[in-house]
Amino acid sequence: MKVSLSWLNDYIPIDKKSYSSIADSLTMVGLEVDSVTNRYDYLDSVVVGRILNIKAHPNAEKLKLCDVDIGSRAIRVVCGAPNIYEDMVAPVALQGTRFPDGSVLEKGMIRNELSEGMLCSETELGLGTAGSGVMILDQKQLTGNKLAKALELSDMVFEIDLTPNRPDCLSIIGIAREIAAFRQTTIKYPEISLSDAGDKISDLTSITIKAPDLCPRYSARLVFDINIAPSPFWLQDRLMSVGLRPINNIVDITNFVLMETGQPLHAFDFDRLSDHRIVVRQAKKGETFITLDKKKHLLAPDMLMICDGEKPVALAGIMGGHNSEVTESTNRVLIESAYFTPVGIRKTSKKLGISSESSHRFERGVDPEGIITALNRAAQLMSELDGSSLIEGIIDKYSKINHAEPITLNVGHTNRLLGTGYDQDKIENLLKSIEFNVEKTGNDELVVVPPSFRVDIARPVDLIEEIARLSGYNNIPTTYPLIPAEARHPEEQLRLRNRLKKVMTGFGFTETINYSFINRLSCDSLRLESADQRRNTINILNPLTEDQAVMRTSLIPGLLETIHYNIAQRIKSLRLFEVGKIYIGREKDNLPEEIEMLAGIWTGSRTNVSWCSKESGCDFFDIKGVVEGLLNRVKIDRIKFTCMPDNSCTYTRPGHTAQILQEKKLIGLAGEIHPQVLHNFDLKQAAFIFELDLKAISDLMPGTIRSKPIPKFPSISRDITIIIDKDFESSELLETIRKSVEELIENLYLFDVFEGDTIPQNKKSISLRITYRSKHKTLEDDEVNYIHKNITDRLLKEFDASLPT
Amino acid sequence: MAKTIEQIYEEAFKEIKSATDSESIKALSIRYLGRKGIITHFLRNISNLPPEKRPEVGKRANEVKKSLDKAFKHALKHLETKSLQKDYKIDVSLPGRTIRQGSLHPITQITWQICEILEKIGFDIAEGPEVETDHYNFEALNIPKNHPARDMQDTFYISDNIVLRTHTSSIQVRIMEKVTPPVRIIAPGKVYRCDSDLTHTPMFHQIEGLMVDEGISFGDLKGILTTFIHHIFDKKTSIRFRPSFFPFTEPSAEVDILCVMCGGKGCRVCSHTGWLEVIGAGMVHPAVFENVGYDTTRYTGLAFGMGVERIAMLKYGIDDIRKFFENDLRFLRQF
Repeated sequence: MKVSLSWLNDYIPIDKKSYSSIADSLTMVGLEVDSVTNRYDYLDSVVVGRILNIKAHPNAEKLKLCDVDIGSRAIRVVCGAPNIYEDMVAPVALQGTRFPDGSVLEKGMIRNELSEGMLCSETELGLGTAGSGVMILDQKQLTGNKLAKALELSDMVFEIDLTPNRPDCLSIIGIAREIAAFRQTTIKYPEISLSDAGDKISDLTSITIKAPDLCPRYSARLVFDINIAPSPFWLQDRLMSVGLRPINNIVDITNFVLMETGQPLHAFDFDRLSDHRIVVRQAKKGETFITLDKKKHLLAPDMLMICDGEKPVALAGIMGGHNSEVTESTNRVLIESAYFTPVGIRKTSKKLGISSESSHRFERGVDPEGIITALNRAAQLMSELDGSSLIEGIIDKYSKINHAEPITLNVGHTNRLLGTGYDQDKIENLLKSIEFNVEKTGNDELVVVPPSFRVDIARPVDLIEEIARLSGYNNIPTTYPLIPAEARHPEEQLRLRNRLKKVMTGFGFTETINYSFINRLSCDSLRLESADQRRNTINILNPLTEDQAVMRTSLIPGLLETIHYNIAQRIKSLRLFEVGKIYIGREKDNLPEEIEMLAGIWTGSRTNVSWCSKESGCDFFDIKGVVEGLLNRVKIDRIKFTCMPDNSCTYTRPGHTAQILQEKKLIGLAGEIHPQVLHNFDLKQAAFIFELDLKAISDLMPGTIRSKPIPKFPSISRDITIIIDKDFESSELLETIRKSVEELIENLYLFDVFEGDTIPQNKKSISLRITYRSKHKTLEDDEVNYIHKNITDRLLKEFDASLPT
Repeated sequence: MAKTIEQIYEEAFKEIKSATDSESIKALSIRYLGRKGIITHFLRNISNLPPEKRPEVGKRANEVKKSLDKAFKHALKHLETKSLQKDYKIDVSLPGRTIRQGSLHPITQITWQICEILEKIGFDIAEGPEVETDHYNFEALNIPKNHPARDMQDTFYISDNIVLRTHTSSIQVRIMEKVTPPVRIIAPGKVYRCDSDLTHTPMFHQIEGLMVDEGISFGDLKGILTTFIHHIFDKKTSIRFRPSFFPFTEPSAEVDILCVMCGGKGCRVCSHTGWLEVIGAGMVHPAVFENVGYDTTRYTGLAFGMGVERIAMLKYGIDDIRKFFENDLRFLRQF
């Protein structure tokens, strides 16, 4: 909300030079001043000029060519004003000037004659109402001086960012009250004196409220014999100072009172109201209404309408109707000043998508006791217009509005919450400074009644906040809580997450954070089956873009998009990972399942290309190695990689994908991205990914680590090479060996896989080194030979294998 | 006398020069300087010379002995170095086989820093769902439907009653429903608001803090946050607390630090105010306690929340929040 110092000065004396300290103080009592600007900044390129000579325009009868001295030089100005004369001192706008009506002055040709500036009228400059002639300045003014300086024009305007709990400050008087509080003074409310006479209002109109819940109070006055015209300059000036554009005297007065008091008013053309009466009722189903911005709205039964004898004439508290607005021919007006229930206004405003100065105030709560004051203020200003007359009396339909009950405030409680040592008197003075009614009682308590405009005050804590902000937050002593030295164990999954992130960076992977939302089509891009649970997306009703319309059910699309982005930046070798949630939808109205995943992606080369290593592309075993290293680091063993059954992962390449199992439990997968999926993400190079379920890993983590003794006895190694079916998964071989004499096998190391040449087709040879060691004694050669032979025999038999020839 | 001392000297030098390995140098050293060596022998025989020549020859012979000893040591050192270089030297200025670590996302790094400070102060980390009910995100935090305070946060809706959480404050109520005071938690995590420009992304990260016990005061809130800011920024950072409004705290405060860019003179980053908002805070509103069944006459609480991106931007001098989620390696690698 904008507040000008010139307007504030009407209610509280303001020293123009103190604006920055006022702005600071306002911020420090909770009314944050976002910016302070000089209202006359737009006059920055308007200077004092003197007309040197005037010549006729060769191509236009009504225009003149003037040479104007602007201090540093003389410029040529084309002018059409009748009142100019040689040696006249007048304001000259130079190119780039932005006038109050929004137009911008540009250097140009007027009827083929160059014009480098513009001689301006008061109206054009927003400095008065004399619009027909160029503004005449004092002959003593020095040419070239800035106009604002010459006329001592300066008016600082505060842009205040108000929090929703302070509707009382949505007015100039409201802000003045706050300034008065920290200045320890009081404000001067405008004096209202009315001269109403003649016909009685009750004989001319009536008001019926059919929905008192939504409209507990509605008051009205009538003003007749109105001449619709531009407002007097002082009124226009006030409105312009806070950025409002003057329209006509009646509309301007309602806007003026709105800004002054915070009470929204509406003026109806009385002669356009059927039966000359007002009915406040809820809309009928299917009813439509055209607001004064000429937009048509379909109404719903919970919307409150102001109607005349037959039809709606205003959307209560939000916007007037096209059918009853004040026009140039209006002669008689009915001024409305009412209280509408905040929730009702907010619902209607949201539903119709209309937000106005009025609705903004009503939905936050206006002062129920300020309604008549505002009505009378508007009536006074209208009756002061030439020729108009105020009809005698007022209509005030008032059912009950709940007022704040007196609040009992305990001094001890206040000090305990704030950490202060204020006494009764200090608290009393602070609250009285903002017009609260305070009575001290004997037992260290105060009974407080807030003023009617403070609709936000209902509890003792509301008063405590007032005390805190008025005494200054920075004056409250800084203390430290006394807390017991106890600590709880962090969640296992949290610790694991942080650990895995560190390990991943150790492996050369860089952490990414992708948006949690993805395009709905990403499920198609991953080729997910229709029955895949990852199709159960959580859909956002109001997404910003289609690319962010559903919550992700996989980390893979984000990672693929990220490598696409980086490859486009010519970074082609990437190792990235992300730890984040995926969101799987459940039955309607249930929260989704949020599953935390770790996913990694590797594309491009395996190592940095350098003078000592040739480029080689990464492959499946690189990404698998990462998973193995990762799980090994967090001490999870007995991990098995087995071939992913065909078609059970649609976005990875069949035969090049492993499911990761611990015992029988699936904890993730590793594999190469399916060529079709690469294509869908516009990628031209192979990429290898893994995904792990963090919760599953967390559940598998061993508790405390138990250290094992370093072996005392020597080990003996034996190699074995056997030939088995090509499709046979080597891990089974290893497992069989390990299980055969578990307590004696210390290590198993697969050091060669070979196909072709002397190996029969559909077969491969696998070479292993088995390290034997006993915890209890030195193994003898004979013993090891015996065991090794047993193992060999068993493999040959169980796997239909053979020894190399 | 077979050879003069000068002859011996000359020959010895020739031999040292022609030696190619340290073994032969060692052998030469023994041959000349050993117990039965040539020089030793020569010195012993000086007594056979006429007495008037003895001092001069003796002096010279000792000089030669010292000089040879030095030459042998030098030659030995030289040959050892040579043999270690194995025929050629390497170009040590060539790049090494760098073992390049990856990097943690700047948001992770700042989150860890923030959590570490607050954990030291005594807060435990708590987490909760990101897709949240209207109840936990709004209603239970004293933000009823149709309240203008709802305009303070642009909300993504999943249905009438389910939203993407707009703040990590939603965890407050979930925790307080489960435990009785004392409560001391911080809740880091992702939050969502439908807004997107230079300073807003639809997803960002927040850390919420909540402390509930008997006797917790607004002064304590100031103490904790002052300590925190002095750790996360620096000890000399100027701080101010000013009144604000959040429906779930009262009194509510906005915590500003003197602009880190301009030092308070006013610049684009601080919108020419000289101050930067970094934390929203306040004393837990009694309505929130009533919603979870806490005794408002017995317990008070403090709560605060901050945006991780905001702090990261200020600390690292980043001017566009969207950079965090573009995941450009050239950006991520800087941290």
